[in-house]
Amino acid sequence: MKIHLPNSAFLGNIDPFLRGFDPSDPTSLTITSNNKWISVHPVVLSMIAALGLTLPPDRIHFDPLEAKSKHYLVRMGLFKMLGIPSSINVVEHEPAGRFIPITQIMTSDEISRFITEMIPLLHLEAEQAQTIGYIVSELARNVIEHAAAPHGAMLCAQYYEKSNSIRIGIADTGVGIKKTIGQSHMAATDLQAIHLALTPGITGTTPKEGGTEQNAGAGLFFIKSIAFVNRDYFMIYSGGGFYKLLKRISTKHMALHADPFKDRHSIGSEENPFPYWQGTVVGVDITLDQTKEFSFLLDEIRKTYGSAVRERKRQRYRKPKFI
Amino acid sequence: MTTIRIVDEAGIFAENKDIARSIRLQKIIPALEHHEEVVLDFSHVTAATQSFVHALVSDVLRKFGIGILDHIAFKSCNDTVKKIINIVVDYMQEGMEGEN
Repeated sequence: MKIHLPNSAFLGNIDPFLRGFDPSDPTSLTITSNNKWISVHPVVLSMIAALGLTLPPDRIHFDPLEAKSKHYLVRMGLFKMLGIPSSINVVEHEPAGRFIPITQIMTSDEISRFITEMIPLLHLEAEQAQTIGYIVSELARNVIEHAAAPHGAMLCAQYYEKSNSIRIGIADTGVGIKKTIGQSHMAATDLQAIHLALTPGITGTTPKEGGTEQNAGAGLFFIKSIAFVNRDYFMIYSGGGFYKLLKRISTKHMALHADPFKDRHSIGSEENPFPYWQGTVVGVDITLDQTKEFSFLLDEIRKTYGSAVRERKRQRYRKPKFI
Repeated sequence: MTTIRIVDEAGIFAENKDIARSIRLQKIIPALEHHEEVVLDFSHVTAATQSFVHALVSDVLRKFGIGILDHIAFKSCNDTVKKIINIVVDYMQEGMEGEN
């Protein structure tokens, strides 16, 4: 496998980075980087860490870093997670830089602990903490419950002062969304599976409306909705499928859509899928000064969710055939 | 009457579905089977995820029918928690209609 850390890869311009990923030869990983400057979304680091955990350290080759920003990768714990030396000395100071280094999460209790510790590290206010905690909980629990990922979830986050936003990335090398959703629904491609996974009330655990006792199929819809309302980016990548929620154009009228393809978005087309990612990757941005009140968001979700369930029921309704 | 203080079990951010499951199986369902009223006390819970509330009550609604809501009270919920509970109860009712 080969992956290149570019000059810049954030959710708005992440497509070339993902397109450049070479998943062939899963027995080794070569990481190269831009030699001037590296500025990347946390999801990029989560992905590299997730790939690295599938291999022993002696099968990972990290080209010597030239870029001035190499210290950032050390602070985010990339080398530590990969188990390889960085040859970069960093003087550790108070972790008040408002970031969460790459963290491996394997169990349900680790998620709860991570959320508790994360809030003070990111210096979040109560309303913001609620939103970010919600996102992290739902994303990490998806991995633990559905991904069958031998190395769990790799998660990291960073506060960006200039945009006053928190950017979160989570990656796993589990079975991927197509296999999970495919247990209960028809999904011929990875993109179709992503489409279903983002639709409220669709879960891989059952074809029944309302879900099972433990799963409703609403988590990803909630997260996409949070990003939509706040006019932020959200991306999900699994197998060869890729979906990115683009920033909503500001209008007075704002309607949530149950169908993710009705939102402003970009995808990797069926004809031109992305390089195959064994597992699932999710990235999300939350701009803090735009964060709408969570309770306002819930009103919108309630309306959309209800009408989505009713619409599916209407579609399943069959009239008797009189001949 | 059985009162369950959610904050004692799940903390101020109720998000751990395993805990929700355990509350449901060990406290809510046995109490309802004994025809007791159940009070889910959300005092001091600042937020809950939809997944937590789903794991807490969806199977109760499915097992006992939607009428069981007459025997469950959600106490001291803030606006956010109330809305999450409403979302779960809404979609469960919508989904359960016509199941039988």
